[in-house]
Amino acid sequence: MSHSHNVTHEGESHGSYGSYITGFILAVILTVAAFAVVVTKAFDFWTTLVVVSALAVVQIVVHVVFFLHMNTSSKQRWNLMTFILTVLSVLIIVAGTLFVMWNTQMHMMSR
Amino acid sequence: MSHDTTHSPSVGHEEHEDHGSTTVFGFWIYLMTDCILFGTLFTVFAVMCHQFAGGPTGKELFDIKNVEIETAILLVSSITYGFAMLSAFAQRKSGVLVWLFITFLLGLSFVVLEVKEFAELIADGNGPDRSAFLSSFFTLVATHGLHVTFGLIWMVVLFFQVMGKQGLGSRMVTKLTCLSLFWHFLDIVWICVFSFVYLGSVM
Repeated sequence: MSHSHNVTHEGESHGSYGSYITGFILAVILTVAAFAVVVTKAFDFWTTLVVVSALAVVQIVVHVVFFLHMNTSSKQRWNLMTFILTVLSVLIIVAGTLFVMWNTQMHMMSR
Repeated sequence: MSHDTTHSPSVGHEEHEDHGSTTVFGFWIYLMTDCILFGTLFTVFAVMCHQFAGGPTGKELFDIKNVEIETAILLVSSITYGFAMLSAFAQRKSGVLVWLFITFLLGLSFVVLEVKEFAELIADGNGPDRSAFLSSFFTLVATHGLHVTFGLIWMVVLFFQVMGKQGLGSRMVTKLTCLSLFWHFLDIVWICVFSFVYLGSVM
């Protein structure tokens, strides 16, 4: 087997003990922070909601990078593109539905 | 990753490599459809989360201690599965089996805790038929729980396949990689569940 092949395999990135533990520690910090913000009632409702959402988004990125090993290398590019497309679709579904349904509920006085 | 050294360097090897990565990419596409499924269920919950029909609110129902334990379990199981994968790439069969077993126990205790929570809610008359809020809660969280359960069944199958004569060939590593994606993906869904369903309800 040629050496160039070995290099591609290493470059494929399956993670290492170090990267898994880094990801794990980051995830623990973010999780504890999210629970702490809510349990201690440090902020008012909307601030709490924004902080917890932000922590969730950061944690999802941590999981995707450290556990799913997604990156911009050519081997991973299609995974990344489908992932971005899916996230976009989900955002359209969530934002669109909430916009329509909240307006509907407001006008029908069901809230 | 096992190296198939019997083929001539370039052609045969590319073919073999391609097969595994195509399978993993196909599985990735399935996960993305699952992502849309969960996205719609979260949307339903967001629309329904204030429709209590005079029944109890999430603030009154949810036990955050229990959710903390469930979250810790899933997070640890994520890293133990990661260690199983590292053992698989290093071709250490015993390592794979030990880490898979630990991951399975963690996953199982998660499911047990969740079933216990559901049983208590239903016993108190707060089942999915109580209000739109509870219907959407049960649908969303139970769909995640079912995914974890199927992941556990899959893990048992792979455990015995690794133990058996298939060992840690390249096909087996591909299978383990697919379950790895599935397991880490479920952890990501759980982040949204504890953030928006549980913490969002008790805010």
